[in-house]
Amino acid sequence: MSIALFRIDDRLIHGQVVVGWGQPLDCTFIVLVDDEVRESDWEQDLYRMGVPPHIEIIFASVTEAAERLPAWEADARVGILLVPDIDTAVALVAKSDRVKRLNVGGIHHRAGRTERLRFVYLTDDERAKLRQLAAGGVDVTAQDVPTARPIPLGEFA
Amino acid sequence: MSEPLRGVIVSHAAIAQALVSAVTVITGIDGALVPISNEGCDNDALGERLRQAVGERPAVLFVDLPGGSCLTNSIRYAKQHADIAVVTGVNLAMLLDFVFNREIPPAEAARRAVEAGAKAIRVTAA
Repeated sequence: MSIALFRIDDRLIHGQVVVGWGQPLDCTFIVLVDDEVRESDWEQDLYRMGVPPHIEIIFASVTEAAERLPAWEADARVGILLVPDIDTAVALVAKSDRVKRLNVGGIHHRAGRTERLRFVYLTDDERAKLRQLAAGGVDVTAQDVPTARPIPLGEFA
Repeated sequence: MSEPLRGVIVSHAAIAQALVSAVTVITGIDGALVPISNEGCDNDALGERLRQAVGERPAVLFVDLPGGSCLTNSIRYAKQHADIAVVTGVNLAMLLDFVFNREIPPAEAARRAVEAGAKAIRVTAA
């Protein structure tokens, strides 16, 4: 196993990811794919504070992530890849055919979004983009924590 | 200082609200602490809740976990505003000390709260 979870989560690294998923998966590296965070040492320091020392955090731009995905998949360790939003997921899928499944883990309320699940709020445009990802062969489900049922795309978007 | 410090508790779920209630029940002091939950918030929304809770006053932010969205957003907020200190691992003991000692600078109040909170964590005799 290498990248055990590809996740969209607008909080990026937080308790649900590090503890909720990280512990049962025995995750020891997290790839945070975000072009803005990749350029900010300060933001990177902030996210490093949120993980225990045995977990490595790798900060990557979308382009870097697409290039390095094969290496991460060959890694003997178990990792989690995070993107902050649907647009970043779409951009990554456009640059790499390695993303076969996508966990929608947390997209919270903002103006223009409507509630689809307790932890998923989407605009019409975002719903359409998720459907396009699925049509392209990506298995998209929503699941905030591992003990919950993975909810198929058809039930929320 | 012209105005006592405000304490803002930033937590997952309803921990913050419960701590505020407990402090009020024990001390009778009301209004010194403001609870914030990260429930349903992305980073921007939690930042807005912080802005509304802190206002323009010096404050200490008491965060539940030394990692995660409550902490990262509290530190992000403190970096952008003067006179804000951040403490992690909030417990009732540190809040009880804090509400009686709010006429000092935020950094000093934060150090004092950490000492009080740490002293309360112990293994007791059976």
